[in-house]
Order: sequence, then C-alpha cells, then structure tokens
Amino acid sequence: MSRERSVSLLFWGSIAVALVAAVVPVPQALVPFRPFWLALVVLYWSLEEPERMPLGLAFGLGLCADVLAMNLLGETGLRLAVLDFILLRFRSRLRFFPMPQQSLAVFALLLNDRVLLIMMRAFSVPVPFGLELLFAPLVGTLLWPWLFLLLDGLRLRTRPREA
Amino acid sequence: MVATPGSPAPRSAPGSSGTGRLVFYLALGATLMVADHRGRYVDAAHTAAQALAGPAYALASAPSRAVSGLADAFRERRGLLQENERLRQDLLQLRATLAKSASTDEENLHLRRLLRARDRIGLETLLAHPVEVDLDPFRQRILLDRGSEQGVRVGLAVIDDRGVLGQVSRVERDRAEVVLITDASHALPVTLLRTGLRTIAFGVGDGHTLRLPYIPFSADVREGDELVTSGLGGRYPAGLPAGTVRSIKPGDAGTFAVGIAAPASDTARADLVLLLSERRLPLRYDDGTVVEWQGPPESLETPRAEPVPESSP
Repeated sequence: MSRERSVSLLFWGSIAVALVAAVVPVPQALVPFRPFWLALVVLYWSLEEPERMPLGLAFGLGLCADVLAMNLLGETGLRLAVLDFILLRFRSRLRFFPMPQQSLAVFALLLNDRVLLIMMRAFSVPVPFGLELLFAPLVGTLLWPWLFLLLDGLRLRTRPREA
Repeated sequence: MVATPGSPAPRSAPGSSGTGRLVFYLALGATLMVADHRGRYVDAAHTAAQALAGPAYALASAPSRAVSGLADAFRERRGLLQENERLRQDLLQLRATLAKSASTDEENLHLRRLLRARDRIGLETLLAHPVEVDLDPFRQRILLDRGSEQGVRVGLAVIDDRGVLGQVSRVERDRAEVVLITDASHALPVTLLRTGLRTIAFGVGDGHTLRLPYIPFSADVREGDELVTSGLGGRYPAGLPAGTVRSIKPGDAGTFAVGIAAPASDTARADLVLLLSERRLPLRYDDGTVVEWQGPPESLETPRAEPVPESSP
C-alpha cells in the first residue's frame, strides 16, 4: 500500500472512530466525562497535516456529528470550524510547543468551545450550568498527549523505511 | 490577517485559514441551525441524512449489546425460574385489577351514554426498544427502533412500565426520536390525583426532575402527591402516571408556589417502551352534525393562526 493511501486510511479511520465514539452508550455517571473526540482528532490533523483539514471539512464533519447526535444541524459544525480556525491561526507556534504546553493550549481551545456551546444553546434550550461542564474539557486535555502520540506513531510508521 | 507588530507573525499554511472563510462557515452554521430549529426548511434534508446514520448506530451499540447478550447467556436457570414465578404473580395480580376496572369501565360507559357524552377513546399500542446510543448529553432524548414504516408518527405518547416517558419528536423510516418529559424544552399537562388540581410539569434537563412552577398558593399540594397526565392539549392520553411531588416552596416571583417532582418512569434506562396512539370517535351533536376529531397537530410547533381571507369589498 502506498504511503498516501495508508495515511488517508488513518485519517478517515480516526475520524470515523471519533464520530462513533460520541454516541457509544456509557453509564449515566460517566456521561459528563465524555471527551469531544472529534475535536481532538480534528485538532491533531490540522496541527500535523493542515492541508487535509481545511475549515470546510471541519464544518462538514461537524454536520455529520450533528446528524448522529440528532442535534440542530450546524451546531457542532460551527464549533469545529471555530476550533479549526483558531488552531490554524496559531499552528506554527503550537507545533513547537513542548507537550505539556500544547495540552494546555488544547484545554484553552476546548474551554472556548464550551463557552461557544453555552452561548449557542442559550437561544434554544439552555445548558444546565455547573461544574460538570469542565469535566469533558479536562478529560480531553488529559487524553491529548496519548492521542497525539498514538496518531503520530501510526502516521510515521507509514513512512518508507529507507527514506 | 493582521500581523501584530513586535511579534513573530503567526503565519499558517497558505490559504487554509482565512477570516473570510470562518465568517462564511459561521454564517452557514447559524443559518442551518435557525432553519432546522424552525423545522420546515431543512427538515427533509436532515431526516434524509439521518437515515444514513444507521450503520454508525449499529456500531456504537455493539459493545453494550454484546455485554447484555453475554449476561443473558450466563444467566442461571434458577434466576430465570424465579423471574418467571414473579412475572406470573404480577400477571395474576394485574388480571384481578383489570377485572375490577372492567366493571368500572362498563359503569362509566353506561353513565356516559346517559349524559350523551363522547365515547371513550380507544388506544392503540406499539412496542419498541430504545436504540443503545447516547445522544447529546444536555438534552433528554432517546432513540427508538421503530419508525414510520411501523406506523410511528410525530406526537405519539411514549410510556414505560411505570409511567409516561415522553413523546415522539422526529420520525424516520425505521427509527424515531423521543423527547423525554425531563427535557428542558418539554411541558406536560398534569393533574394532581388527590385534589384534581391541573397544572403543568416542565422538564429541567437533568433526567430526574420535573418542575411545577405554576401552583397557586391557595392550592393544597403536599409532598408525596401523585401526578397523572391530564389529557389537556390532546398529546398524551389522560390518566397516565407522571410523577410524585417531592417538595414545594414559594417561587421567586412570589406569585406562584413551585413544586419539584420526580418522574414516575425510568428516564435514565428504559429497556422496553410502549407507543400509544389514540383513536377518538367523532363528536355527534343532536342536530345531526358530526365533527371528526382532528387529532393533535402533526408537528410539534404550535399551530399558527391561518391568515383570515380578506372580505371582498
């Protein structure tokens, strides 16, 4: 398999897993801890291979997530477009941050996403306000280094050895 | 892009991040959301896209199905026998209750005939299983494995074995979305069983609380009072168990007392639900006019007033 094809496979595979992970049933107590998988995957790809993750694709993936979660169409799309935009803008700096600092940046992005969600929901059905709102961004931040290393490892393995 | 003086200009990959694009997608997202919320413009497209979600749901629910399958396979024979015994007892008890209520029904029918009142409604039921997926955590909704092919319509009432669960809000070919009574956007017309007080129970959005914000101070409401659906609004049949009053305190505005109730149904994990549809007989007046019951509105939106045709001059 050519490198291009296997990277594409990894790209779409990670997206598919992230989409499904958002609706996998978990015990009621764990629901507030569910990280925003799709955001993490989108962040990874636009950080490492930004030409694969233009704003339009992030928006489109958000629409898919909305369909799966039966949300208002466009809500997650908008959130992911904003995430992707901020990341692309600061990409050249974020890329060379050490991992702890990068995780903090991801935490800031996820927090910003929460604020955006609360603002958007204020127009339809308000989100119950509470400390639980911070759990998912925290879990996402803690997962980020591992997800990054995993995807990076898989992606670099596709490189031809002799190169 | 504006490069701040003094800082190394943060340049990203050329052409991949333009403020113009962001503004475009923000506008697109906002437009889609508003259109979807209004529920008439992109609804068809949304429902069509939803039909493609089936494989993803099947994949997502596979782990929990496997676990429950294993649990079933390893269930002991003794446990099954015990369960069987218990179910038999329940059935016997219910039969006895049913026989008693049948005579009450008969009496009711007779009295209604005397009063020339409309005949009682008939109920049609359909069993459904929830699809094992988690939807948005901030909304109280579940997905059922029955859809328009099996006769599910928007607005059908959904109950579990303990009480009213919610109503169907979106229907696809073989799936239906149900808004639970605990959803923050849901309002349920209820009656206090003990006093007959009618009020409205709103969802809060946390999955185990109903709020009754419009209780007059003069009303007699106590902790432990049973709530049943009142049937007003035509969406839910009257008399289904809805919840139990947990507490009551004066509201912030000082005009009404606010009650907190726990829903009767198991909104967190129902494994078998019943969809109810009502068939009402037409209303017959003495002068021979017959009025067919129109049924609850097709969509969940409040019906808009029809424009009054201008009278010709």
